[in-house]
Amino acid sequence: MSHAFYVAASYIAAFAITAGLVLWVWLDHRARRRELERLEAAGIRRRSAPGGERR
Amino acid sequence: MSEPSLAIRKFSDLANPTRFLALVATLWPYLAGLTLCLFAVGLYLSFATLGDYQQGETVRIMYVHVPTAWLSMMCYTVMALSALGTLVWRHPLADVSARAAAPIGACFTLVALITGSLWGKPMWGTWWVWDARLTSVFVLFLMYLGLIALNRAMDDPTRAAKVSAVLILIGFVNIPIIKFSVEWWNTLHQPASVVRMDGPTIDPEFLWPLLVMAIAFTLLFFTLHILAMRNEILRRRIAVLRRHAARAAGRAGGAA
Repeated sequence: MSHAFYVAASYIAAFAITAGLVLWVWLDHRARRRELERLEAAGIRRRSAPGGERR
Repeated sequence: MSEPSLAIRKFSDLANPTRFLALVATLWPYLAGLTLCLFAVGLYLSFATLGDYQQGETVRIMYVHVPTAWLSMMCYTVMALSALGTLVWRHPLADVSARAAAPIGACFTLVALITGSLWGKPMWGTWWVWDARLTSVFVLFLMYLGLIALNRAMDDPTRAAKVSAVLILIGFVNIPIIKFSVEWWNTLHQPASVVRMDGPTIDPEFLWPLLVMAIAFTLLFFTLHILAMRNEILRRRIAVLRRHAARAAGRAGGAA
């Protein structure tokens, strides 16, 4: 195999893994935000949040 | 009593996760923009510069391999400092930092292992050898996976924080072993050519793309790290809210 094959394979592998990592961080953030919004919509809030639970 | 210094006050301000989240919201677009610009310059230099007289075109693999290998060690060092933060100063964000860094470190180590293997085949004639450098980096990869698994396996975050902090600090012994493996043992992997007591021995033609790519990857690490820390803080808030809701529901059920 030519050198170009090894160079291309290296850059593709590095890009794929890095892109996967960025995508995971982004999707994780979106999922957590939605989960928090769902909880707040159900009336479950942090005590420090405006209008949150008081004891 | 004297006032704490500005640096200490700023550091303790960050112990408040809400303040940290506000800082991340301001900082991350700039960090991401700078990272993208540096990658654009770095990738241009990686392909615009000449090939090596011996390695030929495969020298371009170094511009990805070396920065990710550096980062695999730097990420673990960040985790070790965070582990100290958990055990010594009990900083509330220290464990969040260590936990968020582990998957990022694992990914960079994997990139370093794969690109190293892809360089090794045409240059050494083999994909892999069990020499000191390659084996110690492979052990580092397994340690990252082990720490991720441990964090996921333990439900109580406080216990998980202490156990993983101790494990991270024990595992830190591997970092100097990786760094000096090429000097202490007879390995197929070449010794350091950039960070040396007597200055870099690498030609500027290769040093520039390498440095720009190294800074780009380092900024990428810090961008992803603070964003992953933000996700971890949100995950913990959700867990606390769910616990409070379950307790409130239990009380309401008991009263009925």
